Amino acid sequence: MARAAADSLTDPGALTGRLRARRVQQLIGAWALWLLIIAFAAWAAFTHTPQFVVGLIVGSLYGLSAVGLTLIYGVARVSHFAHGDTMMMAAYLAFFVLTGAVVGSRAGDVVLPLHVGALPGAMEAIWRFSFGYGLVIAIIIGAAVVVPLLLVIDRVVYQPLHRRGAGTALLAVASLGVAISMRGTMLFIWGADNRRYSGGIRETVNLPGLPPIVADQFFIVLAALLLVVTTYFQLYHTRLGTAMRATADNPSLARASGIDVAATRRWTWIIGGTLTAAAGCLLALQSQLSPELGFVLLLPIFAAAILGGVGSPHGAFIGGLFVGVVGEVAVGVGIISPGYKLAVVFVVLVAVILLRPQGLFGARE
Amino acid sequence: MTEATPALVAEGITSGYGEVPIVQDVSIHVGQDEIVTIIGPNGAGKSTVLKALFGFLPVWKGHISLAGDDVTGLAPELLVCRGIAFVPQTDNVFPNLTIRENLTMGGITRADGVEERITWVLDLFPVLAERPRERAGRLSGGQRQTLAIARALMLEPRILLLDEPSASLSPKMVETVLASVVEINRRGTAVLMVEQRARQALAISDRGYVLASGRNRLEGSASDLLASDEVRRLYLGE
Repeated sequence: MARAAADSLTDPGALTGRLRARRVQQLIGAWALWLLIIAFAAWAAFTHTPQFVVGLIVGSLYGLSAVGLTLIYGVARVSHFAHGDTMMMAAYLAFFVLTGAVVGSRAGDVVLPLHVGALPGAMEAIWRFSFGYGLVIAIIIGAAVVVPLLLVIDRVVYQPLHRRGAGTALLAVASLGVAISMRGTMLFIWGADNRRYSGGIRETVNLPGLPPIVADQFFIVLAALLLVVTTYFQLYHTRLGTAMRATADNPSLARASGIDVAATRRWTWIIGGTLTAAAGCLLALQSQLSPELGFVLLLPIFAAAILGGVGSPHGAFIGGLFVGVVGEVAVGVGIISPGYKLAVVFVVLVAVILLRPQGLFGARE
Repeated sequence: MTEATPALVAEGITSGYGEVPIVQDVSIHVGQDEIVTIIGPNGAGKSTVLKALFGFLPVWKGHISLAGDDVTGLAPELLVCRGIAFVPQTDNVFPNLTIRENLTMGGITRADGVEERITWVLDLFPVLAERPRERAGRLSGGQRQTLAIARALMLEPRILLLDEPSASLSPKMVETVLASVVEINRRGTAVLMVEQRARQALAISDRGYVLASGRNRLEGSASDLLASDEVRRLYLGE
């Protein structure tokens, strides 16, 4: 028996056979997993339609943010624990641009006279949405401020650590420090109370076969889809996108090929930061603003990126949808209270990565 | 650049990792139309020389010139624009990119003519033309090595540095890869390679260097080295 084992180690034919058997096993595992996911999605869509739809809406935001996270991790090699707080920072900046409000005395907020909401018609609702064009401008400005902020953080915190040979753990702790600093800043400027972009009535839209959907949620899903599709196109059909994927694959070879790795890294922060900022603002539109929300968001976003396969942007988005739907449907089934949503998500995450460690779309050589 | 100007000259270079010198006072000359091979025992510093020449490691002493221009201390991304290309021994393709994308990235600093160059490279390596949309990570070892060399050729380098191109390849694939090295050289690119398969590498080379303990030990024409008793005894296992 020992001799047979030794022969199989040295015999190239036996080795190829074992590799082939392993690949077949992996393929069956992948197909089984996909069948399970599709079956679950179909069951949830028919039996728990309202939760399924809400799951898709929330999941599209997790997914949007997870795409940013996976890009940043791939190219900048930072497990960006400040991702959730970056989302909230963008959301608060948009809130500030829209309303001009900062926390004041006990009597209430101090409202700066110059803000987008003061422009004529800026707060008048468009179509059946609860917001006017002012919020769209505010979101763009919020993202435009957060992106340079991320570039500065990368320059001042992450790059020097990289140059000194810091490992993944140290960079993750550094990003946690950035997250806590951001949260402190938000608490200082806007206080701990929850805030909303608009207090108006939220109209619903009725589509055949679907539960009533708040009009704002259409905007959220469409904006998320548009951004993800644009990012996908940029990554797979432009030279910059290919350079970003090449740098994520092998930074050393990227340098050897003449790719400007520093510029690629900057572009990654710009694109990843824009997606993160947009996800934060859209999430605030869906629910509300709270400085603590950033940390709560971190877990489902990481789960989405890992489920989809780290380094796979489309995987991260689908992972986000999956996380959103699993969480909502688990509550809808009635076996758990909403507070345990994330626990269910993580049980599913562990089960998936046990079956397929590289995630749903992650590449394995 | 005159006819006699070598493609690459390294004079007395000292380099290493951290603060530890691995190679000391090493000199290498590669003519414009030459294939030059560096051989030596494990740990002799062969790969370190290539990494120092390509800017991956600091050069603490000595000078490097490319076609007569001093390029000592330049970073790899700048060196590729000066006409030098490097194929590492391992991790030498982008595994999640397709064959075509790997080639496009090889030519990313080209102002124009990328498509024409891809056609040229695929003509040289027809095996890559069969499945241009195949992910590099799915290729066999030999195909990957071929793609790695093809990627490096995208910039029309004056000189190609190859770090053990035959490593982990089957004997048949070694022959194929070395034949492609000869063809690349015939089409006008000088080649400097490090090889463990010394006999086969010297057989296709014009000249060779023997490194031992991080220093030049011997140098000469490939045929002289193959005939040398010392080389045959110590490095060719005879």
